[in-house]
Amino acid sequence: MEINQTKNEKIKQFIVVKFGHEQYGINIQIVQNIVRMPNITRVPNAPAYIKGVINLRGEIIPVMSVRVKFDLEQDQFTNATRIIIVKIDGNAIGLIVDEVLEVIQLSEVQIEKIVSDSDDEKSKYVYAVGKVGEELVTLLNVGAIIGVDD
Amino acid sequence: MDVSQYLEIFIEEAKEHLQNLNEALLEMEKSDDNKDLVNEIFRVAHTLKGMAATMGFKRMTVLTHDMENVLSEIRNGKIEISAELLDVLFQCLDALEQYVDQIIETGTEGDKTNQPIIDRLNLILEGKTAEHVQEKADGNDTSPSQPENKSVVVSGPADEAAKRKHKMLSFNEYEKNAILKAQEESYNVYGISIIIAESCVLKSARAFIIFRTLEGLGQIIKSYPSVQDIEDEKFDLDFSVFLISSESQEKFLKELNSIAEVEEVLIDEIHLEGTVQEFGQKQTEDKQDEEKEHGQNDLEKDKEKRESKGQAPTKPKANRTVRVDIERLDNLMNLVSELIIVKNGLETVENNNQNMNEQIEYLERITTNLHDAVMKVRMVPVERVFNRFPRLVRDLARKLNKNLELHMSGEETELDRTVIDEIGDPLVHLIRNACDHGQEMPSERKSRGKSELGNVYLDAYQDGNNVVIEVADDGNGIDVERVKAKALNNGTISRDQADAMSDQDIVELLFKPSFSTADQISDVSGRGVGLDVVKTKIEALGGDIEVKTKLGKGSTFIIRLPLTLAIIQALMVRLENEKYAIPLNTIQNIEDVKVSDIKYIQNQEVINLRGHVIPIVRLDGLLGIERENTEESMTVVIVNKGDKQAGFVVDGLIGQQEIVIKTLGKYLTNIRLIAGSTILGDGEVALILDVNSLV
Repeated sequence: MEINQTKNEKIKQFIVVKFGHEQYGINIQIVQNIVRMPNITRVPNAPAYIKGVINLRGEIIPVMSVRVKFDLEQDQFTNATRIIIVKIDGNAIGLIVDEVLEVIQLSEVQIEKIVSDSDDEKSKYVYAVGKVGEELVTLLNVGAIIGVDD
Repeated sequence: MDVSQYLEIFIEEAKEHLQNLNEALLEMEKSDDNKDLVNEIFRVAHTLKGMAATMGFKRMTVLTHDMENVLSEIRNGKIEISAELLDVLFQCLDALEQYVDQIIETGTEGDKTNQPIIDRLNLILEGKTAEHVQEKADGNDTSPSQPENKSVVVSGPADEAAKRKHKMLSFNEYEKNAILKAQEESYNVYGISIIIAESCVLKSARAFIIFRTLEGLGQIIKSYPSVQDIEDEKFDLDFSVFLISSESQEKFLKELNSIAEVEEVLIDEIHLEGTVQEFGQKQTEDKQDEEKEHGQNDLEKDKEKRESKGQAPTKPKANRTVRVDIERLDNLMNLVSELIIVKNGLETVENNNQNMNEQIEYLERITTNLHDAVMKVRMVPVERVFNRFPRLVRDLARKLNKNLELHMSGEETELDRTVIDEIGDPLVHLIRNACDHGQEMPSERKSRGKSELGNVYLDAYQDGNNVVIEVADDGNGIDVERVKAKALNNGTISRDQADAMSDQDIVELLFKPSFSTADQISDVSGRGVGLDVVKTKIEALGGDIEVKTKLGKGSTFIIRLPLTLAIIQALMVRLENEKYAIPLNTIQNIEDVKVSDIKYIQNQEVINLRGHVIPIVRLDGLLGIERENTEESMTVVIVNKGDKQAGFVVDGLIGQQEIVIKTLGKYLTNIRLIAGSTILGDGEVALILDVNSLV
């Protein structure tokens, strides 16, 4: 009984970022770093959503435009633009976001899994919706976004 | 015994010993009856046995032990060296190599027992000893066929033999004396193997408690591993002790089993026959036999154990190591201390330009030397790869029924460790090709007026910033017409193309995927997965390969490899506002060319440079830089790839620079035209052009 309760109340942390008007959550577990926009070196012949590579303390890291991947309009680099460095299976990649807002904590009851609609290409990039009071945060399936399979 | 920390040393040393073994065996095959070589092989087998036993690799131990038995008989002149014997020894070598490979991969020796080889070894041993055994039996004091004659008599079910490690141990004279004396005084002598539970955290502490208990019950005369090793936790889960006591077996079992975390206690009463003087050669021989039996028992047992457990526990892969000359390390150390001196010097410089410049120059000198030194540490002689080829050629010669000889030179040429690790397979491939396709059958050679002995050459040498490896044969060479016919046949090229191609171009077709000229698919080669793989691999290493051939005379494959992968000299160029690096070793020269000098051949822009027609490559277009070209003159970087040349049009030159090559990472593999990236002094990333794919 007790074990069940603790499981239910397991807290997950998400970094809330913004693309346009929508808020998205990225699981903090996979986030290595958040950096300001450095100079990006364009990589010719790379997929369109790869903006280029950056040097992060001696490591070469590809940077990806989530906006391009989501078919949104191109990134507008502002003072608030950040690159979120995520690492999955030991490989780091940077995701360009319009703005980083905050870190939120969600317990399992606040996370509502989404049954993915197979018709929608973008739906596989989202795995759940988090409810923070009245606001909704779309939780991203980062693995699917950076899966360079298409 | 926890030996994982020694695993790397073990692997390194085992490899060296196996190499020695290989060389000695090859040598022995050429010059039969060489005492020194037999001794050398014996010594290697013996060392390997010891090493494997220390590391707990039982199968390796058993195999080397049996090898040793046979070799020892050869040494004593009781077995003649025969072709069959050598074959078996070569098989042993292969089996041992497999074990070592397995150990490198998984940290365990795997569960292949190589029983057929062991059986063959034993057959050879028995074959010669048929009369020898008889002789021995006659000379024996008491009933030779009965087990009681064995020096150590043990009780207990045989199927547990594996766990009863103490049975496998032998005594020195002193220990034997002690045991015999105890027997005389009608004390009991016990051999006890104790297995500690796998979950035990402080094995040495647990062992200490066990020892204290045992000491309370009797006098310990021997333990394995030694008490010191056990205290240092240098043992696996079990250890064995021998002790003299007046207590009963039951008492021991009770006391020991009451200690926590003791998994199993195996106890046997030890009874030694005879008196001290009678311990001679005979008994040690018997002992060896018995040891062997146990060894095999052990083997089966282990296998069962593993099978019942399902998957063998996989240890992490052994780290890759490089053996470094201590002098090189000293040199590195010196440079680092100099670096610290410069740092201190820079701290004290107070805006004095003169001093500052001096210090920076000093720093520059040190970093250059440091780079050099580090590079040297990574360098390994190609001998490491070459040394397996004599064996390869020998085996191939046998298989193909050809008379082949391998000539090697330049084994001392050094290459980066990473390259050395990767270059083996391509070379094996080329050598196989040379032996199989290249060399004719002896009869054919004879009819062509060549000697029956076919030569295969393997040469390495340094050429500027490159290392060149050539694989050559004096065989038939490549039949251009046949390649052409084949290419037409399988649609690789069209008739028009074929007519336009030079002989060299046609030979290059061999590097296309799935192209084999062997009419018959043999074991050795001809499956069509061949030269293209070789080429891909070599290009991945930053090198290139070309072939020169003359029909009837033979062919030469020339591999060019960069000295090191990590750091290269590069020319930095500018294209619009982007910077790119071109590896300096590919650059021939740099020219200013007027746009009006550009000619067109088959719609391809070319320039005529001092009689050479060189195609122009517009980098901006290929790299997706959009703009209008309006300038009247262009800077063209002429690059080489083998015999081919091309001119890269760039906007400007930034300068020569030493760059550290970095990959673009997993998400950006196989980006066309880009070979990698590097970080510039200002922290920006510049991409390195892949000259191979651009020419």
